[in-house]
Amino acid sequence: MTIPVIEVHRLVKQYPATTAVDGVSFSVPQGACFGLLGPNGAGKTTTVEIMEGILPPTSGEVRYCGEPLGARFREDAGILFQKTALQDFLTVRQSIALFRGLYSRGLDVDEVIRLCSLEKLAERDNRKLSGGQQQRLLLAIALVNDPKVLFLDEPTTGLDPQARRNFWQLVESIKAQRKTIILTTHYMEEAELLCDEIVILDRGRIVAQGPPRRLLHEHFAEVLLELPRQDFPPAARTLPLRILDARDRIEITTDDLEGTLRTLLAAQVPLTQLRIRPANLEDLFLQLTGTELRP
Amino acid sequence: MRRLLAVLHARNLEFLRDRGTLLFTLLLPVMLVLGMSFVFGGPERPLFKVGVLAGQVERASRPFLRERYVEFIAMPERAAALDKLTHQQIDLLFEPRTPPLYWVNTDSPRGYIAERLLLADEADARRQPVTGAARRYVDWLFPGILGMNMMFSCLFGVGYVVLRYRKSGFLKRLHATPLSAFEFLSAQVLSRLGLILFVTAILYVGIAAIIGFHSAGSLPLLVLLAVIGALSMIALALTIAARFSSEELVGGMLNLLTWPMMLLSGIWFSLEGSPRWVQWVAHAFPLTHMLDAARAVMLDGAGLAAIAPHLLFLAVATLVFLAFGAWSFRWRLD
Repeated sequence: MTIPVIEVHRLVKQYPATTAVDGVSFSVPQGACFGLLGPNGAGKTTTVEIMEGILPPTSGEVRYCGEPLGARFREDAGILFQKTALQDFLTVRQSIALFRGLYSRGLDVDEVIRLCSLEKLAERDNRKLSGGQQQRLLLAIALVNDPKVLFLDEPTTGLDPQARRNFWQLVESIKAQRKTIILTTHYMEEAELLCDEIVILDRGRIVAQGPPRRLLHEHFAEVLLELPRQDFPPAARTLPLRILDARDRIEITTDDLEGTLRTLLAAQVPLTQLRIRPANLEDLFLQLTGTELRP
Repeated sequence: MRRLLAVLHARNLEFLRDRGTLLFTLLLPVMLVLGMSFVFGGPERPLFKVGVLAGQVERASRPFLRERYVEFIAMPERAAALDKLTHQQIDLLFEPRTPPLYWVNTDSPRGYIAERLLLADEADARRQPVTGAARRYVDWLFPGILGMNMMFSCLFGVGYVVLRYRKSGFLKRLHATPLSAFEFLSAQVLSRLGLILFVTAILYVGIAAIIGFHSAGSLPLLVLLAVIGALSMIALALTIAARFSSEELVGGMLNLLTWPMMLLSGIWFSLEGSPRWVQWVAHAFPLTHMLDAARAVMLDGAGLAAIAPHLLFLAVATLVFLAFGAWSFRWRLD
């Protein structure tokens, strides 16, 4: 039996006023892209920082290749934090070289620069990069030790759509090298595109775990009907339908599309702006927690 | 105006809730006032300084020792006392025996007047003349200026840099690598040490050329002293920067260290004649030991053996501060 790259066992992190992580257990197989999803405050960054060895847990354990986190893990792990400032007055190349010098093995600096498409920026001051360029530099630093496990903590937060898609392409190329990736995000599209397996956290607990497609299949044999909230009269809430409140809309899940449409027409609900679509991870979260993701 | 008041209110809340900073902000001026009063306060200063070759001064034993406006300083060792007389750091040296014996520096105008005063009380006192120019204040001040520059560079240079790294998250990122706290701190120490030695060397050469100063002692010994002295103060800065995340708190603590050292370590004036416990406090500071040793080498030509106690103090202080810094070091914000 193959030992998982990372095993998280009954992890708890308590602060004086709150329990950020409440008995979380899961394991990350070799070569997988593993997603930790959840809204802000769900406990995903705390969980991942304990997994990275940055934060001590209140109780529970994280093991790397069957061993407690230690020197081997620090040599093997590449980490991209949600927010990181680099040393002032260093160029992109110097910043990468600084971190390359902290590891006993790794990639050549020029190779990392090429991997992350930073050739034209190599001699630029790291403070003079755009958001997307900065994230590419931080990814380069995370890759400089040729990591066996790569942590990406909300790597595309704050990036424009183009920069985000560029970043996803980079992650896809890293995935192709069979590196284990642990990704935290609150972008469902990102998780669906990149992750082989996900854990959804809410209020410090796991509310769903498994491959995205399997989870969607298990929870949604049906389709979703979306209607603007203003088109949905209060009296219609008593109809025998599975109705969920989203931000500005009403969502109805059903495996009998024709019957549901007949019921809505009979209740004189306007269907001009009706949208029918398959379920996604956001719907899954909505169904499991009764609340919408809070990016 | 509404926006200004909102920001003012938020800033006031931030300041008041940062209790460490608040405490230091209140404590620092009080301690400065107390320090100044101890150094400059007290009874009126005497006009003359007379060394008395004895374990202690028994004022009742001799009419001369009862004179007003003269400070009598017990000096058990004749050689050290004569050295001070030669450099006009005391105005007269008196040995209370029968008949009494005294030494006077014939190059010193103050010595001349002190001698007149002595002979009015002790007509049979035997005269032993010595000669020697007064030590230039600028020569005496020179090591103090170098030491002060080193102190500020060590404390503020290292303290604020580590704090900035912590606040920006750079330390947290380093923590995710195989780098240990000891390695990180050592790198900071060595980086600052190199910079300080370079700057101090330039200052030494430049100032010495301007004021026409020549060290009486060994230059390699001065370099050794500069290395150990700078290490001790960098390590002192790390004890503060190791843990805290507030600029105001760290700034307050650094001021709390630098100001007493400015006043009590003998940068500007000698503490000779100040209360004994003030001198005792002063000798708890690394800068005091560095300056005492530097003056001994630069002005008196002292060798390694003579300044060994100072070097030992600085080395032990460095190790203690570094150990405490490494123990209390935090990579991330509290």
